[in-house]
Amino acid sequence: MIAYLLRRILYTLPIMGGVALVCFALVHLAPGDPLVSVLPPDASAELQQQLRALYGFDRSLPEQFVSWVWRALHGDLGTSIASNRPVTTEVMTAVVNTLRLAVVATLIGFFFGCLFGFVAGYFRNSWIDRGASLLSVLGVSVPHYWLGMVLVIIFAAQLNWLPATGAGPGGSGDWAWNWAHVQHMLLPAITMSVIPMGIVARTVRALVAEILAQEFVVGLRAKGLTHFGVFRHVVKNAAPTALAVMGLQLGYLLGGSILIETVFAWPGTGFLLNSAIFQRDLPLLQGTILVLAMFFVVLNVVVDIVQTLLDPRIARS
Amino acid sequence: MKRIPTPRPVHARRAAAGLVLGLGTLAAALALPAHAQEKLLRIAMTAADIPRTLGQPDQGFEGNRFTGIPMYDALTHWDLSKADAPSVLIPGLALSWAVDAKDKTKWVFKLRPGVKFHDGSDFNADAVVWNVRKVLDKDAPHFDASQVGVTASRMPTLRSARKIDNLTVELTTSEPDSFLPLNLTNLFMASPAHWQKKFDAAPGATPADKSKAAWTAFAADASGSGPFRMVRFVPRERLELAANKAYWDAKRVPKIDRVVMLPMPEANARTAALLSGQVDWIEAPAPDAMGAIQNRGHKIYFNQQPHVWPWQLSFAEGSPWLDKRVRHAANLCVDRTGLLKLLGGMMGIPKGTVPPGHPWWGNPKFDIKYDVAAARQLMTEAGHSAAKPLRVKVQISASGSGQMQPLPMNEFVQQSLKQCFFDVQFDVIEWNTLFTNWRRGAKDPTANGAHAINVSFAAMDPFFAMVRFTSTKTFPPVSNNWGYFGNAEFDKLIADARTSFDDKARDAALAKLHARIVEEAPFVWIAHDVGPRAMTARVKNVVQPRSWFIDIATMSME
Repeated sequence: MIAYLLRRILYTLPIMGGVALVCFALVHLAPGDPLVSVLPPDASAELQQQLRALYGFDRSLPEQFVSWVWRALHGDLGTSIASNRPVTTEVMTAVVNTLRLAVVATLIGFFFGCLFGFVAGYFRNSWIDRGASLLSVLGVSVPHYWLGMVLVIIFAAQLNWLPATGAGPGGSGDWAWNWAHVQHMLLPAITMSVIPMGIVARTVRALVAEILAQEFVVGLRAKGLTHFGVFRHVVKNAAPTALAVMGLQLGYLLGGSILIETVFAWPGTGFLLNSAIFQRDLPLLQGTILVLAMFFVVLNVVVDIVQTLLDPRIARS
Repeated sequence: MKRIPTPRPVHARRAAAGLVLGLGTLAAALALPAHAQEKLLRIAMTAADIPRTLGQPDQGFEGNRFTGIPMYDALTHWDLSKADAPSVLIPGLALSWAVDAKDKTKWVFKLRPGVKFHDGSDFNADAVVWNVRKVLDKDAPHFDASQVGVTASRMPTLRSARKIDNLTVELTTSEPDSFLPLNLTNLFMASPAHWQKKFDAAPGATPADKSKAAWTAFAADASGSGPFRMVRFVPRERLELAANKAYWDAKRVPKIDRVVMLPMPEANARTAALLSGQVDWIEAPAPDAMGAIQNRGHKIYFNQQPHVWPWQLSFAEGSPWLDKRVRHAANLCVDRTGLLKLLGGMMGIPKGTVPPGHPWWGNPKFDIKYDVAAARQLMTEAGHSAAKPLRVKVQISASGSGQMQPLPMNEFVQQSLKQCFFDVQFDVIEWNTLFTNWRRGAKDPTANGAHAINVSFAAMDPFFAMVRFTSTKTFPPVSNNWGYFGNAEFDKLIADARTSFDDKARDAALAKLHARIVEEAPFVWIAHDVGPRAMTARVKNVVQPRSWFIDIATMSME
């Protein structure tokens, strides 16, 4: 088991290197001048050179890459061209904001996804199954930015029950888990939870249906176990896969949704990426993508480990 | 026998806690009226981030509007107190200014006495010199390369500043330039004393590192001399300003206690925030929500603005626009009234770069209007017909700062021009890439063979409005004469304007330049932005001037 886990962790190192390379290359291959926001229209060649040197754009791409990775390993992702603030601070602040949102969205998505999935699987081919399946299909199919706008129109603009935008009365700077801040989180979190909810529901439904058809369930029933007792066994068998699916969904949510965070002006990683793209802020764009990619890689490992701990057959296989 | 007290049941304790909580809430509610008396104005900007707060804002002129003008002063100001006339130049931190009669590259500015920065330090000639050096003198300890871009382009001839006495300063330009006082509205005065404190406390191994850290610290706790002072800054989320009750201009001492600025780049999000009562003011509401906004009792303000939305034409070899008849035909074939309807009334119909009545108007002989018959006639004379349309390619963006609604607007123009034998194709690229290409010019491979480019531009000052598009000195990559339009006649007109140091003479020279620009038509003038913004009815004394800018200091709230 330990050897498996160590091997799994070691595998991530080349993946992380590859991710860093791809992220660096993609951003540099995109057209446009990264200094456009700080260069005057009639910038002299001398000033252009000076600014390029200041941001390190005068060096060759391999040199820039090595320097970028080396600094990143020391926690320095450079300085944002647009805001002049350290990229690490910018990204980590956004990550924390997205994390709050993603955790709440995950809890909502996982709870209702499992609920719909178990109910649909347990009562398969009934009207309950059809209703729960319809909801899960809708969850996966409905464009979430559209759903966000609909929720805003109903609950913010029409009913004035919940705030439409932002991270709280004083922003995320003085965040607390209180009603005033949670209110700001509800609409984006519900919007965000819809996709994982649908995916988890569909996965769990299929799992439950498959497990219920297995012989050991027949055996359990034959032993005289109650419905609840059988259900406990079903849950135990379905949990590792459901957890893995949700873990991956959490990874996606941590990336933040550019559309959702922009619609709700939620100051997370999606919002930050949007700003970085439109300002063509190369250091910020690279730093944000890198941190998100690393989160995703790490999360995959964590999910693998948790899955292995829950089901030792995985390590043995 | 002493009786042992019976412990109260858990639910009783909960009830007591609830009672305390309830009383606390009641007390808080009773305290609310005192808090509610504060006049708080919440603004949703279109920017995705709070414009830089260190004196030279970014985010285009929205930065000047929200973190420049409220927090800082410049030597010269725009008069933003009138809605029915173009904004003109008025004294700011300078009481008066004059060019040296013998050497027209030197200007003397007499400074306003008794002005204090928000940190309590004095504004004086040293402060002016310090603020000029911060962007022009690479050897200055406080030189900040990141502020150069948004400064140098707006005062391209400024070279240095010299203190004459405590309240007199001399500015030097690279060539005689009467535009300088107009350009100086963009040079906001930050407090040198406050920066020095930040520098002294800043970490860093070298002076350059300390200087960089000092500017970062200054941006988070800025000090200008404007009618509002910075009180709270949450990067990318909110900027809070409080009234500077000691402001030097009694007419502009704020009546609003606190202003909160929130970045909200998405139009529907801004609209929802206004409708749900989260903010009091939104910039650029969603065009299709105008009715809903007004039905809720909110007000929509708009006015003519010095902001042009054109196609800038190529004069490179082989361009179809080299034929003046074609340029005039395109200008006569755009159904601007139809476009106005498409945008819910939120645009101005242009007659040139500046509107009739503007001091720089000049009464051009070519009248920009909608006359399809005349346009067709010109195109026929130029050898085109429905069977033999003229193919033109235009580089446009899908979005972007100041670009209004670029896709539907360009498609509308495409259809409009079709009736006059134009076959328009678009090369749609990302906004910042388009902006980069704008400086590279029509002959550069990045133009991708385009014959025109659609970049909106501010027309506040003569350099931005006219000179950079019509001077042979501003051919790419120097500045934005993307289409290589210009000749000796235009260079002479520009020189006449630049070397006219009397206001009326300069306006007259600029009027001649504008008239000739309209007559030669290096643009297809399609729309003028009108800067729509929606506010709750509680915001009073709103003057929407004929300007990109707006003065929050003179507003009040119910």
